[in-house]
Amino acid sequence: MYTQGLDSLGKDCLRDETRDGAALESRFQARVDAEEKIEAKDWMPEAYRRTLIRQISQHAHSEVVGMLPEGNWITRAPSLKRKTILIAKVQDEGGHGAYLYSAAETLGVARAELVDQLLAGKAKYSSIFNYPTPTWADVGAIGWLVDGAAIMNQIPLCRCSYGPYARAMVRICKEESFHQRQGYEIMLTLARGTEAQRAMAQAALDRWWWPSLMMFGPTDTDSKHGAQSMRWKIKRFSNDELRQKFVDTTVPQADYLGLGVPDPELAWDEAAQHYRFGPIDWSEFERVLAGHGPCNRERMEARCKAHEEGRWVREAAAAWAAKRSAVAMQAA
Amino acid sequence: MTPEVRYVLRLADTNLVLAQRLGEWVGHAPALEEDLGLANLSLDLLGQARLLLARAGELEGLGRGEDQLAYLREESEYFNLTLVEQPNGDFGDTVVRQFLFDAWQLGLYEALVASGDAALAAIAAKGAREAAYHLRYSGGWLVRLGDGTAESHARVAASLARLWPYTNELFHDDDVDRAAAAAGIGVLPSALAPPWSVRVDQTLAHATLARPAHSSFVWYGKQGRHSEHLGYLLAEMQSLHRAHPGASW
Ligand SMILES: [Fe+2]
Ligand SMILES: [Fe+2]
Repeated sequence: MYTQGLDSLGKDCLRDETRDGAALESRFQARVDAEEKIEAKDWMPEAYRRTLIRQISQHAHSEVVGMLPEGNWITRAPSLKRKTILIAKVQDEGGHGAYLYSAAETLGVARAELVDQLLAGKAKYSSIFNYPTPTWADVGAIGWLVDGAAIMNQIPLCRCSYGPYARAMVRICKEESFHQRQGYEIMLTLARGTEAQRAMAQAALDRWWWPSLMMFGPTDTDSKHGAQSMRWKIKRFSNDELRQKFVDTTVPQADYLGLGVPDPELAWDEAAQHYRFGPIDWSEFERVLAGHGPCNRERMEARCKAHEEGRWVREAAAAWAAKRSAVAMQAA
Repeated sequence: MTPEVRYVLRLADTNLVLAQRLGEWVGHAPALEEDLGLANLSLDLLGQARLLLARAGELEGLGRGEDQLAYLREESEYFNLTLVEQPNGDFGDTVVRQFLFDAWQLGLYEALVASGDAALAAIAAKGAREAAYHLRYSGGWLVRLGDGTAESHARVAASLARLWPYTNELFHDDDVDRAAAAAGIGVLPSALAPPWSVRVDQTLAHATLARPAHSSFVWYGKQGRHSEHLGYLLAEMQSLHRAHPGASW
């Protein structure tokens, strides 16, 4: 495998010598424009590779950190059925993380390096997971709104120009939409439940509504990477387009629950066929992104603690594997 | 409560309490793969617990379902083995607890497939497949930790010494066990000791760990007399459910 990889690399390099960078780049862009998938061994601009590594690893970190807020309710889930669904959901998110780290590794970066960046505070993850889950209804709201927003963001990624990422997203999106339905079902049960359950559901919607809208990122005029990612077909829709789509889809769902969306300016615009919504508090977004959200410290501490306390376990596994392969070599 | 109901509740509670403990790990394990692996164990045991609770409720005939049994019984009405309520400790403690348990549960289910209670036999048949997989997982980790580094060996040897005394209870026959065995639905715990010992000794040898000396220590979790740890576990598990009497979730 290894030598074969070197051979094909050699041939590519020979061909590459006859072309200049601009020609390679225009051939690459032509393939992207033709909706061909770029694969791991294909030539790609260095900036494309870096953009993908950043985006995929942030996505992977988000899945892993995202296990924490909902994991907070595994031991207290109010029925055995809900406990089962919740453990499976949190497990799915961990699986998404593993799957995405593998996709990032196809771009020539090791998972251990990416994890180190996260733990050193050098890598970002979705800010949404820096909010707390004080009640059971937060588990419902996360499934409904956070997984719901994730789906809006991620469905277009199933057509991302980079093959390994696109394929990972196909599988992940299927599970996310399952999570979204389960979350909504928790909210529906609470909304149809006792007075206290209803109040719990409303309070959770109040907490998660605006942070969910912020998940789509800065407004288009302030978005740093938007245009280039669009050209590379990593991104297909702008942040504001996706956010509008989310609002349009979600408001009727809130209506069905009989819960109020915490936005006095929210109104249906008949002419535009869209909901108009009030201004987003971008100063809060910036604050949480900069590390000053309610749970940034707890989330990172939890990840660092798991990593540190697991070190001797990982070392033992590596030592054992090394002994095994030494024994196997001797036998051969 | 008849001995049959009590016997089935022992099995159900043992699964439920261990599933609850394993659930505490999810998101905090030494590696992402272990988050997934421990979640798998938890889900399997929880699934078995729910079937067993449902069966206990049917046999009892008082209309108690899985949630009533799980969330509304007091500590003294829980009949799980004391081993499984022990705190997670470090990953080595969790692996040892799991290994000692898996080796026991696999033997139990292999015997219970012949139970005169058809529901119990069916649960055992499914459970045996799962327990065999769990034992590969926990046994595999026991070997890696025991035969890994000097640190991991010392740690896991200490875990083994700490948890070993709780295994006495796994093979201790009492009136409930004898009645359930006599009725043809249960298995005598003492009969499970020889195959368990074979399995355990084999893996301990691979793990370069010595079998701890027999201790005369006995707990009676399965009779509702628990260590100090179960009260906290149940308080946490039942808190939300109990705070909203009669609510559906
Ligand atoms: Fe996910
Ligand atoms: Fe999800």
